[in-house]
Amino acid sequence: MKKTLSVLLAGAMLAGALAGCGNGGNGAGSTDESNPNAFKIGGTGPLTGTSAIYGNAVKNGAELAVEEINAEGGIQFDLKIEDDEGDPEKAANCYNKLKDWGMQLSLVSVTSKPAEAISVNHYDDRIFGLTPSASSVAVTEGKDNVYQMCFIDPDQGTTAADYIADNNLGSKIAVIYKNDDVYSTGIYETFVEEAEVKGLEVVSVTTFTDATSNDFSVQLNDAKNNGADLVFLPMYYQPASLILNQAKTMNFDISFIGVDGMDGILTLENFDTSLAEGVMLLTPFNPSSDDERTQNFVQKYEEKYGETPNQFAADAYDCVYAYKQALEAAGATPDMSAEELCDLMIQEFPQMTFSGLTGTNATWDASTGRVSKTPTGVVIQDGAYVGL
Amino acid sequence: MKQVKTLVKTRRDSVIAFGIVIVAYIVLQTMNMTGGISNTISGLLVPICAYIVMAVSLNLTVGILGELSLGHAGFMSVGAFTGIVVTTVLAQSVPFPMLRLAIAMVVAAFAAAIVGVIVGVPVLRLKGDYLAIVTLAFGEIIKNIINVLYIGMDDHGLHFSLVKQTFTLNEGGSMIINGPIGVSGIDKISTFTAGFVLILVTLFVVLNLINSRHGRAVMAVRDNNIAADSIGISTTRYKLMAFVISAALAGMAGTLYAMNYSTITAAKFDFNLSILVLVFVVLGGLGNIWGSIIAAALLTVLPELLRALNFNDYRMLVYAILLIALMLFNNSGAKQKLLDRIALRKERKGKKQPKEVA
Amino acid sequence: MISNLIAGLSLGSIYAIIALGYTMVYGIAKMLNFAHGDVIMVGGYMCFCATFYLGWPPAMGILLAIIVCTLLGVVIERLAYKPLRRAPALAVLITAIGVSYFLQNAALLIWTANPKTFTSVVGSGSVKIGGLQITHVTIVTILVCVIIMAVLVWFTSKTKMGTAMRAVSEDKDAAQLMGINVNTTISVTFAIGSGLAAVAGVLMLSAYPMLVPTTGSMPGIKAFTAAVFGGIGSIPGALLGGILLGIIEIFSKAYISQELSDAIVFAVLIIVLLVKPAGLLGKQIREKV
Repeated sequence: MKKTLSVLLAGAMLAGALAGCGNGGNGAGSTDESNPNAFKIGGTGPLTGTSAIYGNAVKNGAELAVEEINAEGGIQFDLKIEDDEGDPEKAANCYNKLKDWGMQLSLVSVTSKPAEAISVNHYDDRIFGLTPSASSVAVTEGKDNVYQMCFIDPDQGTTAADYIADNNLGSKIAVIYKNDDVYSTGIYETFVEEAEVKGLEVVSVTTFTDATSNDFSVQLNDAKNNGADLVFLPMYYQPASLILNQAKTMNFDISFIGVDGMDGILTLENFDTSLAEGVMLLTPFNPSSDDERTQNFVQKYEEKYGETPNQFAADAYDCVYAYKQALEAAGATPDMSAEELCDLMIQEFPQMTFSGLTGTNATWDASTGRVSKTPTGVVIQDGAYVGL
Repeated sequence: MKQVKTLVKTRRDSVIAFGIVIVAYIVLQTMNMTGGISNTISGLLVPICAYIVMAVSLNLTVGILGELSLGHAGFMSVGAFTGIVVTTVLAQSVPFPMLRLAIAMVVAAFAAAIVGVIVGVPVLRLKGDYLAIVTLAFGEIIKNIINVLYIGMDDHGLHFSLVKQTFTLNEGGSMIINGPIGVSGIDKISTFTAGFVLILVTLFVVLNLINSRHGRAVMAVRDNNIAADSIGISTTRYKLMAFVISAALAGMAGTLYAMNYSTITAAKFDFNLSILVLVFVVLGGLGNIWGSIIAAALLTVLPELLRALNFNDYRMLVYAILLIALMLFNNSGAKQKLLDRIALRKERKGKKQPKEVA
Repeated sequence: MISNLIAGLSLGSIYAIIALGYTMVYGIAKMLNFAHGDVIMVGGYMCFCATFYLGWPPAMGILLAIIVCTLLGVVIERLAYKPLRRAPALAVLITAIGVSYFLQNAALLIWTANPKTFTSVVGSGSVKIGGLQITHVTIVTILVCVIIMAVLVWFTSKTKMGTAMRAVSEDKDAAQLMGINVNTTISVTFAIGSGLAAVAGVLMLSAYPMLVPTTGSMPGIKAFTAAVFGGIGSIPGALLGGILLGIIEIFSKAYISQELSDAIVFAVLIIVLLVKPAGLLGKQIREKV
């Protein structure tokens, strides 16, 4: 009986707490009154948990774009980003929640696995999706209405290998990748294939996981002992910054090259940028570029959120503007259903050319949903990106 | 007399458990068909079923057997990936999705049971916190191994390899499990009805076990290992039996869960998931089967409901506070007083009724 | 080989220093404080804020971290654990997990998810001994570990408070009857444990300078493993367990398989526990009939 009651009480308390919170939430002046003249854009991303930085960057970048566009007075957007904690299961919940909200256009999801999970729902429900940053192939594969704003992982691997070979950056390559991560593994696999084609010698391949992402002495020693002259780091910038740091304490003087996940390393608070001196990376976005729009974006972003935007924020910003361009071109109106908009977008995206912060004259391939734009190679000099 | 009372109580608990599930199913299914519930809730139905089965099966280990397990997600993982391989293999030969799912679940249960034996034999020799850490260790080992498992299928059949993909597939072949990238493009065949049937099966197995001679032996082992040993109950055997059944059920839950999403990775079934299920069990009450059911359902819905309140930033913080508050309340003096008062009233009422004899 | 040994030692010393705090709390309060890793994270942020935002010298940063964590430990104990003193161990475990979620999400709100790079409090240099490189952090961490261990052993066996702690750990009720204030004793235990967490946090981040709200969770689990490995509740055991765990991890990565290194570490743990069911230096408690 005691147990029975405890459960009942727990339930009652939950209900009570929810009711209480509910009132509080509404009382605090929620901004959720939907504007009937606005297109509803939804998306999911990790706003909490280990990948929270990417989700928040996308949320901020998209928010900024929506504010700018709404202020212009033309097309109006209503944006909602739900927290999926980087988990496919939660992403599916978020997606359903967004559907209940009346989402018409979608940013799918920020990270690959959640995006993969809900892109199937997008396909089934005929809601158009344009993901800012989910880069695995499976996100768009077999779905005619899911598009990407970022490069796909295999492209990054091949581009990196080509880049190294074409610019003679090194001949004996060491690779360190995160083997419990889709992004890192995906890039690694195609890198090794392309490296072989290009005659690059991969002398050391080492890995790490979430549980072992502190200490890289074994990996660096392996690279050193095998005489590598360049270390390829297909990973995000947090572990990369640890690797750079550890290489320095080991007095291991070697060049590093990264992929777009490395972007952000300079904005890392209190990071000793001299550690990253000479590191090369391939990224679609360069916050210190002279481009006027980029400058404007970076300035506004810094003002509003107190940090320098990274590639994720820029991709999200571009997504919203790409939607604006496509909607205008198609003459879409906010009273259209998600399905009607989906058909219009499927027509519009493959034939439009979009110039944004992350690349000029980008085009999309109708059969794969992938974007085509040129990545820029940059090298870090004196704490800033310098175009190569 | 006390024993008779307990018996009556367990029977009644069983009825309640079955009752809740069947009524909930009928109500939700009707609402689902008439479009009476939101997408949010209808999307949660299958995961809730999977979590209920997880919670009930873990309750068998933690509540009935009395051993703390921190690696229950490992068995779910084994079941999930086994289920995926089986459904992929049978995709052509068994056209009915429900039948395919059922076969997959049975195979998954076997696979998880085998792993359960492998884990259980060494683990059950330990006690208390040491046992707990070893289950945690096994959970991590399972996660780590599945994370580097490659399985592909072509016209020659299945190919396996560990750590690196060492096989090449013929034309038309495809990867089923692709190491850390996990599984993509799963045919989503799990349904709420399948989940409901699985819960019924789970309840049937667990409640029958509790009310059987075996079950009483298991509980005797929990309450006093040495005494149970001395009256000739083979403690290891009964412990292992309960543990393996628990693992098998978790395996079936894994299949149900995996078949509800188009993608799955080994990293999903980590320590945090094990802990989440443990929270369901503890909050629902140790050994209380229908408590686990309600706790699993409520706590899966709760974070989603918190979304509706438009304070996304504070959502998980509120969840954490509610969790702490619930645990404190559940064990506080305030609740004890309330219980005493209700018990008193019951007693007064009880005097008027004739004594029940079982 | 030797360079790997040194790498293992430096990683192990980090695990050891976290495990010391873990084992201290477990030994006395008999609870698995899953929030311990997150207290480490809070300590890291405190030191970071003091040195980076306020420009304080590192020593002051460490002091601030210790003070804040000690207070935090006591507050957590009072609010979340004390009401559960008579509750089943599992209820406390779940509450500790709730506290852990709470701390992580509070840190996320306060400091955002943007990672911070921690400046090493002992500099980033290293010394060369016969061709081998040992970083200052490693040397300091090992020294601090040994000192803390020695002090804790002395404290628990020689001082009045320490004796009270051991009494509480043996039998709360009997200790109460002997005139020991159980609540104060447990509070002091938490204060010490959390203060140690601050030190551990600062040293860990000096070695691996990446600070995010989830920084503490993985090392927390690893340190918990290390504490069990050495025999949970045993202070020298925590040191031994931590260092061995670090060495095993590095060696399995270097010589067996990086992909499976997690599995190997845990497999070794399982084997050790099967041979010595109470950990390497743990007390074997015989059950009375």
